[in-house]
Amino acid sequence: MSIETLPRIAARRRRTDQIMRGLVGLGTLIALVPLVLVIYYLLKRGLGAWSADFFTTDPTGNFIGDQGGIKSALLGTIEIVLLASALAIPIGVSVALYLVEFGKRSRFAATVRYFVDVMTGVPSIVFGLFIYVTLVLNGWLGSSFAGWKGAVALGLLMLPVVTRAAEVALVLVPQSLREAALALGVPRYRVVLRVVLPTALPGILTGALLAVARAAGETAPLLFTATIVKDTSFNLNGPMNSLPVQIFNDLQQPSDALVNRAWGAALTLVAMILITSLLARLVAKRSAIR
Amino acid sequence: MNPETENVTEIPESTDSSSSPSPIRSTLGGATQDGATATVAGETPASHAKGITITGLNAWYGSQHSVRDFTLPVARGQVTALIGPSGSGKSTVVRCINRMHEEIPGARAEGSVMLDDVDLYGSSVDVVAVRRAIGMVFQKPNPFPTFSIFDNVAAGIKLAGGKGEGNMRDRVEKSLRGAALWDEVKDRLGEPGIGLSGGQQQRLCIARAIAVEPDVILMDEPCSALDPGATLKIEDLVHELKKDYTIAIVTHNMQQAARVADTTCFMLDGQLVEHAPTEKIFSNPDDSRTEEYVTGKFG
Amino acid sequence: MAAQASTAAPRRGLDQRSRFAQIADPAFRNTLTVVAALILVIIAFFFIFLIAKARPALAHQGVLSFIFTNDWNPGAQIYGAWPLVAGSLITAATALVIGVPIALAAALYIGELAPRRVAAPLAMLVDLLAAVPSVVYGLWGIFVLIPALRPIEQWFSDTFSFLPFVGGNVAGPNYFIAGLILAIMIMPIVSAISRDVIATVPRDHKEAALALGATRWEMLRIAVLPYSRAGIVGASMLGLGRAIGETIAVTLVIGNASVVGSSIFDQGYTLAAVVANEFGEAAADDLHTGALIAAGLVLFVLTLVINGAARALVNRAERKQLTVSAPEPAAAASAAVGA
Repeated sequence: MSIETLPRIAARRRRTDQIMRGLVGLGTLIALVPLVLVIYYLLKRGLGAWSADFFTTDPTGNFIGDQGGIKSALLGTIEIVLLASALAIPIGVSVALYLVEFGKRSRFAATVRYFVDVMTGVPSIVFGLFIYVTLVLNGWLGSSFAGWKGAVALGLLMLPVVTRAAEVALVLVPQSLREAALALGVPRYRVVLRVVLPTALPGILTGALLAVARAAGETAPLLFTATIVKDTSFNLNGPMNSLPVQIFNDLQQPSDALVNRAWGAALTLVAMILITSLLARLVAKRSAIR
Repeated sequence: MNPETENVTEIPESTDSSSSPSPIRSTLGGATQDGATATVAGETPASHAKGITITGLNAWYGSQHSVRDFTLPVARGQVTALIGPSGSGKSTVVRCINRMHEEIPGARAEGSVMLDDVDLYGSSVDVVAVRRAIGMVFQKPNPFPTFSIFDNVAAGIKLAGGKGEGNMRDRVEKSLRGAALWDEVKDRLGEPGIGLSGGQQQRLCIARAIAVEPDVILMDEPCSALDPGATLKIEDLVHELKKDYTIAIVTHNMQQAARVADTTCFMLDGQLVEHAPTEKIFSNPDDSRTEEYVTGKFG
Repeated sequence: MAAQASTAAPRRGLDQRSRFAQIADPAFRNTLTVVAALILVIIAFFFIFLIAKARPALAHQGVLSFIFTNDWNPGAQIYGAWPLVAGSLITAATALVIGVPIALAAALYIGELAPRRVAAPLAMLVDLLAAVPSVVYGLWGIFVLIPALRPIEQWFSDTFSFLPFVGGNVAGPNYFIAGLILAIMIMPIVSAISRDVIATVPRDHKEAALALGATRWEMLRIAVLPYSRAGIVGASMLGLGRAIGETIAVTLVIGNASVVGSSIFDQGYTLAAVVANEFGEAAADDLHTGALIAAGLVLFVLTLVINGAARALVNRAERKQLTVSAPEPAAAASAAVGA
């Protein structure tokens, strides 16, 4: 029987197939439209706000006249996110180490893992509230609003992301490596620190970078913990400005200039996040695990 | 029969701690190795090798009883092969020798494994020290991927806590020579260990194992992931290594056992069926099950 | 090879304990255990604190009354959060209705239909949407989306006013815009997880359908979608959880009107938005602050429940097929040890 004499599939079925495939393709395109539009407008309205002054002067708080730039916000974001990372990454990696190296079979470990998962779904504003209620209201360390409290809130946000990514990276380390090291007579803690951890490092780093990218963009937690200030500050024990909060404030002002500043700041923030995400991808590609 | 036992030229007068003259029970017909391992004339005797005596070993994976009442002497300075069909418990036995079996969650072992005169399962024995004294080579070569060739060999020394007596470079070179790998890698010691071919990686793992100067080397199907050429190289290496180490090797390949082992032990369903000089196992075994296995009737 | 000199290396007796390692190993393990326990402690701790701070307001209003009374009036010290709850539900539902089909389409296309070279970049682009922070979506929503869509919304509202929840004047910021932006925000995560779930469909399922002469779409309909259904539902629920918890973008585009609108194009409010919006003015008023914290608590519990169920569904779906990641050590060891 040759191809030509094989019964052709019903035209209806073929049409359905084409229509559905078309719809699916269309849906995918629709999914990308917002991305294009957001990036377009960010560039269109944000680039114009960029200038040397934009990055090197603090917001002045003036409504008319010279409004200043976003220097304090930029620096504040960097400071707060760095501190948050310093808190979240070691703790997250430690928890992951526990779960993978020592907790494979215990119910305690399963509970911890479950709650880490739960934490990934907690809205960021709830973390902000947590910290507000426990640290800000009580005036810990003598201050109410403080950069470091914002960092703790962001750190809580980052923690489950780092833990999850680290856990995946550690699980991917082949068991044979651990066995080889153990069989050499290497004590367990050194097996973990000197063989397993270095092998899993790219994956852990990727997760950490993605967590940083996420934390840098968060507004809600900082609203009630670090709040907003005009001046550049290196005092983490006092109120501290940040890009998201600055944007949030500026865009609500009935002033075109301030709104423009918000667009410029938004472009800056998105650029920072994109670069961090790109870095994460690059690190992932160089993973040692084949 | 092991030709070296015919030329006992000297018995070392100094007995240092690593070659205690305890009598090793042996079922071998002729050669008994009383505390001395003879080598080819002129060379100093192998000071690393010790003998292993397994008595009444039982091992479980959870509730699965995989090794039953296993008793076997592993003579010092010789190669003992464990053969048997899949699931017979060969690898489990070998992993009980260096106490790697208990690293598996839910696994345990009972019985006595003597390294010369020390019971490795004794209550005061440090598991980590056991593994320093007994080296292991695995089925699939597993060099550390983030380490260079040099660091892989040195890993055992550095990580297992031996600060170098003697120059680290010299020790690495010595180990690589001992694993017949030096010439192939001497110009690229800084390259990653995983960049080598399969056979080279396995020899790297052997170098890594002998760098810590163990008393015994365990090999768990070391050639099953390698091509025939690499396999032959490793088998030649085993012949060389046995001058200095006691070797126990698990193998699926009966021809391999015939080629490298002085003594062979046949296992079935977690139990020892027969243990005898290799020639005997393959030509004139006592047990009918052994004969059926080596003639290929099953497994 | 084995020279006498090498045995000069002091050999520890097997019964000598290497002191440092003997201490270090358990210390290492115990430290890690404590840190892991920290997670549980933190969550419990915060739960307790939140409840404590919310209690006065909840006592004042009554828990059930708080959730179901349709009157949010801080000025009169009335804290009936129903408008907020309703607003959260409405916007989240809108987000799901719009976002999940698109997410699914993207997942199907990238996972099953796209040519391989295109699939990876497409996936990256879809994931990129998740990189845009909430405040930027809010900014874009206010200045781009709302003005652009308003005429269309008004036309829709006029033309289809016979439909429930449609009709009347279109406010600038409203439920619909909020729902739309939420849809955009949850789309990447729903898509990514759906993609993972779809990828676990065994090849033979798909090949069996194709071998029977099914068209591509039919194969998807018969073999892929039923198999992945639970996982996709789970992914959608995760999106739901995300939508309910989203604060900043929503508060910027929903209008923050504490009534339940009658039309989807009315202004509204959500649990999350009220916290962000009224926080400043509540600072001096303990009761008001407590009520906001109570709103946050309701939000917390809601997301816990939704995410808990979602995770369970997704985990079950993803575990259905053994994936290529490293197996349990026991299994691997048993397999490797085999003999």
